[in-house]
Amino acid sequence: MNAIVTTPQFKDNVHEALTDARLQRAMHHAQNFVPRRAAAVERLPEFEALRDSARDIKNHTLAHLDLYLEAYERKVNESGGQVHYARDAAEAREIFLGLCKARGAKAVTKGKSMISEEIGLNAALEANGIAAIETDLGEYIIQLRGEAPSHIIAPAIHVTRDDVEADFRKAHRDLPANRDLTEPEQLLAEARGILRDKFLTADIGVTGANFLIAETGTSVIVTNEGNGDLTQILPKVHVVIASLEKLVPTLNDAAQLLRVLARSATGQDMSVYTTLSTGPRRAGDPDGPEEYHVILLDNGRSSMLGGEFEDMLRCIRCGACMNHCPVYQSVGGHAYGWVYPGPMGAVLTPSLIGVAEGGQLPNASTFCGRCEQVCPMRIPLPKMMRHWREREFERHLSPAPARYGLGVWAFFAERPTLYRFATDLAMRAMTLAGRSKGRFSWLPLAGGWTKYRDLTAPQGATFQSQWRAKSGAVK
Amino acid sequence: MSARRDIFAAVRRSLHVSGDEAPRRAAVAARLAGAPAGIIPQRGQGDLAARIATFKAEAARAAATLAEVASASDAPGEIARYLREGNMPASVRMGADARLKAMPWDETSLDISSGPSDGHDLNAVSRAFAAVAETGTLALVSGPDNPTTLNFLPDNHIVVVFAEDVVGDYESVFARLRTAFGAGAAPRTLNFITGPSRSADIEQTLLFGAHGPRRLHIVLVGAA
Repeated sequence: MNAIVTTPQFKDNVHEALTDARLQRAMHHAQNFVPRRAAAVERLPEFEALRDSARDIKNHTLAHLDLYLEAYERKVNESGGQVHYARDAAEAREIFLGLCKARGAKAVTKGKSMISEEIGLNAALEANGIAAIETDLGEYIIQLRGEAPSHIIAPAIHVTRDDVEADFRKAHRDLPANRDLTEPEQLLAEARGILRDKFLTADIGVTGANFLIAETGTSVIVTNEGNGDLTQILPKVHVVIASLEKLVPTLNDAAQLLRVLARSATGQDMSVYTTLSTGPRRAGDPDGPEEYHVILLDNGRSSMLGGEFEDMLRCIRCGACMNHCPVYQSVGGHAYGWVYPGPMGAVLTPSLIGVAEGGQLPNASTFCGRCEQVCPMRIPLPKMMRHWREREFERHLSPAPARYGLGVWAFFAERPTLYRFATDLAMRAMTLAGRSKGRFSWLPLAGGWTKYRDLTAPQGATFQSQWRAKSGAVK
Repeated sequence: MSARRDIFAAVRRSLHVSGDEAPRRAAVAARLAGAPAGIIPQRGQGDLAARIATFKAEAARAAATLAEVASASDAPGEIARYLREGNMPASVRMGADARLKAMPWDETSLDISSGPSDGHDLNAVSRAFAAVAETGTLALVSGPDNPTTLNFLPDNHIVVVFAEDVVGDYESVFARLRTAFGAGAAPRTLNFITGPSRSADIEQTLLFGAHGPRRLHIVLVGAA
């Protein structure tokens, strides 16, 4: 079992999100990402060339993934670390719990990791009496709230400052009740103080990885807070949980990807902390973990290789696609119902949990194409969403009205003369009916549209007949 | 080992390969050995003076502060001044780095202690393995000379950079690592640090000092 899925209720989730005033207010802040990314890209003339370079590196790695995995594993072993393979989420949880139990671990600190969300690690730890402590400020906030992240790099973007204050007052009962928490600085200071003790007393630290480097057997994490570093240098054991496609060949290749990652994500030229870790503490080292483990997760990735969704394995989880997505901006991340929201989630989710459960997500797109425009890895997200829509249709998973409507449309589309006749007729009727107001506030079969906005009345003939008339005139 | 075997088999099945193809193996071996450089932004390039100018400007953009001193013997005085003017305690912790240890600390009234941090030190001094002009980034390497805990636990992190260690790009840092540690090897921890710790997780408000140092002060030696 993976993390809890509410994706099949996507339509209900969306409705709830659109009428949630607090969420709508919070999502307003998500718009800050767009100008920041644009400014960072503007400052780097080589950005477009770097995107090509980044895409080529990942394509090369994926085409040789078995061999780079071998090389990576060899290097991890040489540096005194250990690689564990997990076919699915359950196996990854089992391996991690095994490591915890063998060491009598009671408390695990966590750097921000989407893979740990994907495998539902926190719930598994709690069920086994082990405290899981999220240390990224956003992750800490949503852990207190019992929620899942709603954005892959800003997990608490759906939460307002007022919410955080209320959550902290409820959770930190040892602190004076009359303390001032009106400023974000005060909230941050309180979280810093509480988590500092957790860092210093944890038995195991677990992080994800932005990249795994085959040349040296190195894992890379990127953070702004420094929480990932405190998570991995203070406890006796550092466990990295990462999926197969995080691999890159060399340190230089990682540098190419780093140059597009932070700029696409937060609009920084470089995140504050980019940390490369290779094995455990060495002779003479006064600090650092005594053990270094990597759990390599497949969970469906190997079957995406070589197929029509392989491009998705290039994703470096920057979040640019959701930051620029009108659908994500309107409904937030929770509506998507699983771990990965936005356009990347709409493509990845059906691959990982199946089209039956996740097949609705690729419909949550206007196909405006902004996600593909900003994707640093040049992943053709709209094209892949179309692939999923086709599969959903082929497997008769789309709702009956949609299938029936498409069937009617297909009947006409295959008969051009009839199609032109019918659309001409409809245009004339609508022009006539809408001539007084120029718009419709109600139309049969279009209630879903007119409930939220008017439909503009047509201004005469159809596009096709206007086009015929125009090109005729040119000739 | 069955999970490992299954995963390799699944990857090879999807890629339609056996894993024994000589051209694939050759391509991978060549890339690992050659480590081609890719696209290097112009921004960090140039002679040492140009790199230092870019480094200073980019570090400031990342909200680090920077002071220049003419020689290593001036560094302790600058660090004492920085702490005094910021109303910070006159004590620092550092590792066993020979170039830091050789500095005349006894000419200041600073209280010096040695070793990693247990979380109770307010100020730490480290020496950077290198500094990257392109983004004003410091590169620090773990070990007894510069323990990694000093980079994260103290409130104020002071990093000494020698002018000749200012390189243009990350790739130049990796080249220096390959010289220092050997090809295909890496230090236990390499920290690229660009400005002080921060978070924007509460309503996208940028706040400094999330979990790591609240302030990052760079002392650049020998460029002035």
